[in-house]
Amino acid sequence: MKQKQKARVISQKQIGPDIYDMWLDTGIAGQTAAGQFICIYPKDRSTLLPRPISICEVNKEGTGIRVVYRIAGQGTREFSSYGEGDEADVLGPLGNGFPIGAAEGKRALLLGGGIGIPPILQLAKQIRGDKLIGAGYRDENLFLKEDLEQYARTVIATEDGSRGAKGNVLDAISEDGYEADVIFACGPMPMLRAVKEYARKKNIPAYISLEEHMACGVGACLGCVVKTKNVDAHSHVHNARICTDGPVFEAGEVEI
Amino acid sequence: MNLQTNIAGVTFQNPVMTASGTFGSGMEYSEFVDLNRLGAVVTKGVSNVPWTGNPTPRVAEVYGGMLNAIGLQNPGIDIFLERDIPFLKQFSTKVIVNVCGKTVRDYVEVVERLGEEKAVSMLEINVSCPNVKEGAIAFGQSAQALENITAEIKRHAVQPVIMKLSPNVTDMREMARAAEAAGADALSLINTITGMKIDIHRRKFVLANKTGGMSGPAIKPIAVRMVYEAAKAVNIPIIGMGGIADGEDAVEFLLAGASAVSVGAMNFVNPYATMDVLRGVEEYMRRHQVKNVTDLIGAVDE
Repeated sequence: MKQKQKARVISQKQIGPDIYDMWLDTGIAGQTAAGQFICIYPKDRSTLLPRPISICEVNKEGTGIRVVYRIAGQGTREFSSYGEGDEADVLGPLGNGFPIGAAEGKRALLLGGGIGIPPILQLAKQIRGDKLIGAGYRDENLFLKEDLEQYARTVIATEDGSRGAKGNVLDAISEDGYEADVIFACGPMPMLRAVKEYARKKNIPAYISLEEHMACGVGACLGCVVKTKNVDAHSHVHNARICTDGPVFEAGEVEI
Repeated sequence: MNLQTNIAGVTFQNPVMTASGTFGSGMEYSEFVDLNRLGAVVTKGVSNVPWTGNPTPRVAEVYGGMLNAIGLQNPGIDIFLERDIPFLKQFSTKVIVNVCGKTVRDYVEVVERLGEEKAVSMLEINVSCPNVKEGAIAFGQSAQALENITAEIKRHAVQPVIMKLSPNVTDMREMARAAEAAGADALSLINTITGMKIDIHRRKFVLANKTGGMSGPAIKPIAVRMVYEAAKAVNIPIIGMGGIADGEDAVEFLLAGASAVSVGAMNFVNPYATMDVLRGVEEYMRRHQVKNVTDLIGAVDE
């Protein structure tokens, strides 16, 4: 059940250029699944709309949600100023998570690119079988790398070649040679397009998490749609809502 | 305290409604709001056939508000009647269906299909969506075109007809009078104000549609002024909307001349916004010892 409620900031620290790591104490933490997101509402009334942010991790008590986000504008800049004890309105859990069951008995490839890396952490915690994580960064600021390595072997790519493979995350995978049966991915659109193509060539399923400008976050405004192969549940026009029908889609189902 | 208000012979338990396009058919927000407590659910626009809408990005934030260019994506009247009407029938709340079209014939088709539907109390005709290239706003920016389509819809409508007016006109009074002259039973205003946002770093329009309709608290003073002007110009009731966030905003619209109000973009900011507005209106009435909410309509001190 989606709820809007007050969350309390447990801690916050900067972990990269414009990248922040915040733990929120919230009652919705225990109901979340890997790949779901929450909306955080800025307090400044000039920035009205909720900011959809993926869930990076949930603590084992099920009382805290970790979000790792990049400052993209005024709203996220405001969030970055929060310290321990500050309150924030959050709505969630939103969207459908990654289909964890699809990894059962399979070799799973977990791919994150840039600020799409955070949800891969909770996913890596929940997928228990054979898996490899690929994380793609801009440069040598490898945020969350140590966290990811606790749960699986992690290979790295950087755009500037300063660490790991030079290029995108798929370059790191091909260097490694890991052969997967299923892919889970979150990252920028060019990366997701490449993942879709990679999965098509290998003839394996890929579950990709999309993002889009959102207003309501709950499926009412039809702001965040993606073109789909099949008719969508809401409007029957091949336009699924990323917030409620996604954000995770099987790559073959969406036209990106 | 009496919260009932009446529009064209239809009695609403309270004056708080939902602005078309911000509340779907109530399904999504029924997780947050008891729909039975609303004055009415005003649905998202329904066309004769499914509409795909515009490419993304469709929404953008602006100072104190937002832009949208959804383009009236909707499943069309068939699915609406099969799915959304039965859903809404579970609630005691009145239902107002917003109707959109590209041609007069499109509008009339939907209006006729809804005529048999007892659960629908009123029709709201969208002649003011700024995000659709054909139809829609073309009917809402010329007094003559507005008069013609209003008259044609009135010839076919079973339920009372609300014409939803665009603020993107030179003189709101002229448009209000044209709709009234053609037989409109009520007006709703304002629809969104056409706006634009440019990403200066990428030198690109933020919305794929380039322009979008602006809504939210930043447009409220414009909406209040236009409701006041329209209320002075016509004798039919008005549903006022534009950036309503709380009870005080709602009262402002009532005092300007609205008989009811709709909450729009603020649903996105606060899923409980409609209930907060209702509670705020009640608080205001208690504090100022107002017995009937209708006593507030147009009651600004001239």
